[in-house]
Formats: sequence, structure tokens, C-alpha cells
Amino acid sequence: MISESSSFVKGVVLGGAFCVVVTLLGHIKVGHGTKARHHEHHHIQAPNKEDVLNLSEGERMELSKSIRVYCIVLVKPKDLGHWAAVKETWSKHCDKVEFYSSENVKVFESVALNTNDMWVMMRKAYKITYERYKDEFNWFFLAYPTTFAIIENLKYFLLKKDPSQPFYIGHTMKSGDLEYVDGEGGIVLSIESLRRLSRVLEDSDKCPEQGGMLWKLDEDKQLAICLKYTGVFAENAEDSEGKDVFNTKSVGALIKEAMSTHPQQVVDGCCSDMAITFSGLAPNHMHVMMYGVYRLRPYGHTYNDALVFLPPTG
Amino acid sequence: EDAGEARALYERVRILCWVMTGPRTLETKARHVRATWARHCNVALFMSSEVDERFPAVGLPVQEGRHQLYWKTIRAFQYVHRHHLGQADWFLKADDDTFLVVANLRWLLAGRSPERPIYFGKRFKPFVKQGYMSGGAGYVLSKEALRRLVAAFASRTCTHTSAVEDLALGQCLEKVGVEAGDSRDTWGRETFHPFPPESHLTDKFSQSFWYWSYCYYPIVE
Repeated sequence: MISESSSFVKGVVLGGAFCVVVTLLGHIKVGHGTKARHHEHHHIQAPNKEDVLNLSEGERMELSKSIRVYCIVLVKPKDLGHWAAVKETWSKHCDKVEFYSSENVKVFESVALNTNDMWVMMRKAYKITYERYKDEFNWFFLAYPTTFAIIENLKYFLLKKDPSQPFYIGHTMKSGDLEYVDGEGGIVLSIESLRRLSRVLEDSDKCPEQGGMLWKLDEDKQLAICLKYTGVFAENAEDSEGKDVFNTKSVGALIKEAMSTHPQQVVDGCCSDMAITFSGLAPNHMHVMMYGVYRLRPYGHTYNDALVFLPPTG
Repeated sequence: EDAGEARALYERVRILCWVMTGPRTLETKARHVRATWARHCNVALFMSSEVDERFPAVGLPVQEGRHQLYWKTIRAFQYVHRHHLGQADWFLKADDDTFLVVANLRWLLAGRSPERPIYFGKRFKPFVKQGYMSGGAGYVLSKEALRRLVAAFASRTCTHTSAVEDLALGQCLEKVGVEAGDSRDTWGRETFHPFPPESHLTDKFSQSFWYWSYCYYPIVE
């Protein structure tokens, strides 16, 4: 009796070990993806102000109009307060915005994805977006409802970047070997990246719906893994001073940090003048941001911006 | 950025800002005022009950506390009148939790003469015939208004009537012929605000909230 049960136990242990090994091997495959780049970190910069000013008036108008940004906001019923704030504030400055929700919500219009899983939501949202809008927009900005974005600054940042190239931009983080764009700061994809993504989403080996790992990975990391297979790499967006333009924290949090790290230069040092996103905002704060960014002006100071992006009418 | 016009106004519309603070909030609040908007005033002073050479803060002969608020205000204005009258045209009082966009205050005052007895702020209507200015939102006196205020106390035309600083000051100023000015912009919108931006932008005040009955001008939601 005892020898039989010990064989059984050995069998279970061996089987379990085998299962773990196979799963881990599946994981290791990812790390050795393409060897295109060996840089530790990818950085990408805003355009040079001089370059932009050297363009003719006509060229500048053309450029301003050619950048069309489609915004995806992933929401769930519990985010109703934030959803309302985003709807009423910054998202109006996208050329088009759509809210992709886990389920149908009576109060607001949205594209119901019928799933609660963030990674599945993200996959579906991108798939639907590509199918419907691949010919209408060249840049795709995905955000969570706790994020505040300044679309005009996003457009300025993308000004001289060719959307037919594979761009995947935002506030990047590293997890082991994987460099990914942190969803909290917003994720920007060019049409080329979206095209490649929509293809690899069909590949259940490289880019499965279930992570395929012992533990679940966050959706922003999953996205990075899938994109990496197609040769698309995450790049950290910065201004000419090297400051991040996509922020995963709110202005308040960044100021607090600046007060301890460089107390002599709090306002100048905390954030970029051309910041594109802040995150972790309460709904009311989005309204305060709108007032501060678009309305409040100090009399006597004129800002000559290189370009003007007018929000869509209506 | 071109700040030419702002610089011209800095020379032409000279503002002295004195900030109501105290030993307990000097380093927690006044410090940040000093690091930020106070730098844009032509002169910035920090009024406390204790002198602080390093900060620097003026030590007024008063005690801390709400019951001493009016005394502190009177003493502060007397101090400013005695030591700084020639350095500015307009004299502003603010708390250490007030934020001021100094450039916009200059815009408001640019077309006004400091020799006229007038003061501006968030105008409240009860108790005083011409209204009075909310203490929390900050208020600014013309040079002539300051002269009349100090003279009134010297001649005992005004005395310490109550601890409610803004109301008592409003009553005194009305008594000596200082006009309560209209600080609204060209669209009739308020420029002085007694609450934080978030409140003014997003709060829905209930009908019974005192604010509704205090505002001198109609509130637009």
C-alpha cells in the first residue's frame, strides 16, 4: 500500500514540476524576442522649437491639421465619477473619443466589451478601433479615467513623427528585461503599431488572452510583450530638458516630491512645461486642471506658441 | 514667452503685499507663499506676533488667535504706513493660505488712481451699507485709503469695535469715506475668491449656505 501511494505521490510531484517547467519555458521565449536593439532604455524627444518655427505658415497649418488623434478610454461602472469628468473635460479635445466599458452603462454611451478583465478589454478595444478607424486616424491614445491629458501638447510632441513608423510612446518602466509603457500615464500608438498589434493579437502563442503564466500580468505589460514580437518597442517621451511629458502621478504629488528632492526649484523642477498627461486625479481636479491649463492667464504675459491646435468644433 | 507688458505694469502699479501669518504657520504655510506668488509683489511683508529675523517676519505687538485678528490687521496697516508708504501705491492684505495672481491684480488696478480713497476685494453685502470685503479672499487698499485708515485710528474716529476683522474694517472704511470698489472683470465675473478653486469650480452650494446671502453681486453658476 505504502509503495503504491509513494509512487503516486512521486508521479504527482513530477507531473507538477513538469507543468511548471513547461510554463516557465513558455515565459522565457518572450525574453529572447527580436534582437533589434540592445539599448537599456529608449527615449524619444519632443520636436525642436527652432525646427518648427522655421516652417512656413502654410506648412505649419498643414502639419497641425494632419495629426488626428483618436482617444480610447477604458472604463468600468465603478469609475462613473471619473468617467463623467473625463467626458466633460479633456477628452473633448481629442479629434474623436470613445469610451470602452466592461459592460453597458445606462447613463453614458460607450462601446460595451462584455468583460471585466483589463487585458481582454484592452485587446478588444484596440481590435475594434483598428477595424473601424484605421483609415481615419493616424495616432491612437489610450487612457484610464484617472488620467488627465492635454491633447494639444500631445499633437505638438507627435508633430514630426511619421505615423507609418511603429511608435509606442508614453511613460516607460522596466520589469526585468521588459520595457513597457505604464498605462497610468497614457499609451500612444501610431497607426503602424496598431496595425502590427491587430495582427499579433490573433496569434495565441505570442499574444494569448490568458497570460499563459503562473501569475497574471498587468495589461500594460502584456501589451508590451505582444508589441515586442512585432518589432515595436516602448519609448519614454521627454522634452528638450529631459523631463518626462507623460506622468503617472498628479501635479500635486509631483510638487510634493519636488519639495523634498529639489526644494529650491519646486515649480521649475517638478514637471515639463509641455506635459501631456498627469494621473491619479480625482474627478473634481480635472475641472481645476481645465481652468488652470486653458482659462486662467496672468495679464501681461504673452505666450507665442509655435503652433496652434484648435479643439474640434462642438 | 513675452512678459514685456507685465514688466511695465510692475513699474507703474506698485503693490505692497502683507501676509497675515504667525509663528505656528510661518514654516508650514507662509514659507510657500514666500517661495511663490509673494515674489511678484513690489514689496512683500510677513506679519506675525513674533519677530523672525531669518524669515524675515515682522513682530507685531499682538497675540495670536481669532479674537486678536482685527488688532493684528490694524497694527499691520499702521506698520506698513509708517515704514513703507513711499514704496507702493496699493496695499494688499492676504492670509497665508491665499493664492494671488499678482499680474491680474495689476490689471485691475491699472486704470485707477491710488490717490482716490477706494479698496477692492470680494464684496459682501450684509451689515455695511456699501458692503465690505471678505477677509479670506484678500483685499487691497489705495494709498489714500490707507492714509485715511491710519488717520482714523490716530484720531479715534475708528476704534477696535470687534474681532471680526473684515466686517470691522469695512465699517471703519465706510465711515472715513473710502469707497468699496467693484472688482469684477469686464464680463462681470468675480476676481477675488474666498474658497479654493475646486470649490468655486465644482461645488454645488445648498440654498441655505450663507454665501448666497452675503455676495454683493449676483452669483453666476
